[in-house]
Amino acid sequence: MQLHITTDGLPIYLQIANQVKYLVASGRLAPGEEVPPIRVLAHQLLVNPNTVARAYLELERAGIVVKRHGSGTYISDQGSPLARKERLKILYQRVDALLAEAAHLQVAPEDLFKLIQERQQSMQPEENK
Amino acid sequence: MNVSDQAPVIEISGLSRKFGQKLALNQVSLKIPRGRVFGLVGGNGAGKTTLIKHILGLLKAESGSVRVFGFDPVTDPVAVLSRIGYLSENRDLPPWMRVDELLRYTQAFYPKWDPAYAEELRAQFGLDPAAKIKNLSRGENAKAGLLLALAFRPELLLLDEPSSGLDPLVRRDILEAIIRTVADEGRTVLFSSHLLEEVERVADDLAMVFAGEVVLTGTLDDIKDAHHRLILHFESPPSIAPKVPGVLSLTGSGREWTAICNGRRPEVLAGVVRAGGRIVAEAPASLEEIFVARAGTKATGKE
Repeated sequence: MQLHITTDGLPIYLQIANQVKYLVASGRLAPGEEVPPIRVLAHQLLVNPNTVARAYLELERAGIVVKRHGSGTYISDQGSPLARKERLKILYQRVDALLAEAAHLQVAPEDLFKLIQERQQSMQPEENK
Repeated sequence: MNVSDQAPVIEISGLSRKFGQKLALNQVSLKIPRGRVFGLVGGNGAGKTTLIKHILGLLKAESGSVRVFGFDPVTDPVAVLSRIGYLSENRDLPPWMRVDELLRYTQAFYPKWDPAYAEELRAQFGLDPAAKIKNLSRGENAKAGLLLALAFRPELLLLDEPSSGLDPLVRRDILEAIIRTVADEGRTVLFSSHLLEEVERVADDLAMVFAGEVVLTGTLDDIKDAHHRLILHFESPPSIAPKVPGVLSLTGSGREWTAICNGRRPEVLAGVVRAGGRIVAEAPASLEEIFVARAGTKATGKE
């Protein structure tokens, strides 16, 4: 689990929680997988252990991770209720960037939608035949 | 231990100090709880070192009081100093000693010195036992000072500008030492710094000190929750920064301005609308932005 912390605004515990959510949503962290113990992650990221504890607490509340007594913290099995929302959130940013670029290039949204459909069809060659 | 775990490790109330005509500390009150990392933030000459010297009993309170572990550090220095690991800003180590001599010499002062831990740190910091202190690099000197402050596992680790002037690798060692100190045994750390990125990474609580006064103190989480960075957009560009109540600082030009504010959102929003603008973006402010904004209000006497 590789996280990257910046200090340009967003509280660090939220950065950790958001990045773990992202890793789960994108499949890089699988259900049942163990996340590092608080001290280990604090040391790795060079942040206060209380901050990591707070991030794990947020993730536990959101159903992303479960604590098992005396053993550790694991990615929850049932998949988080937020997963779809989080997955869509990853796309939002890309869609926004695409729309902005299209506007700069003076491509109308309708043409952009058509383009997306064309590209989608070209990625499924067998259905095209 | 006769002090309960709930009692603050350091309790300062109404502390003032003058050097000649200059007021170095003005009515400073702080409580530093056990088991937490407390960051003392302020510019050069803000009074951070003067405050730390009072905690160590090197300066006597002119007015107000200082208690460390419940004791007055001036009248009870043994009870206080034997429990504090201190890294001074000047790292004043005896230049003629070798590293191994310095360790043996310092060990004699501390009954709780842990030789195995000291050796582990020496190896981790890459300090040659035969090297003379005067031949150490600046970074090695800082690491030697840090080793001495850590090796008896003090209840309170007190670091005065530990990272100042050091390269990123040595700064990493210092941050690791802070994290390890609180993570391992729930001990307490107080450190002063103007490297706000480091403070944001490791502090639980912080106090911002400007010109001898504590202008802001609280948990880092609360401070971060309360302060926001707003981007304001004005249809007709104001020629000078518009006055908006509740805004700590306003910078920019033309139609877009950046405001740093501390809570009071309805008041700020109303003020922005009155000034003919609207809020187009809102994000948490970084500690650096909060510091700069606070420094500005201190200088101009706003808020």
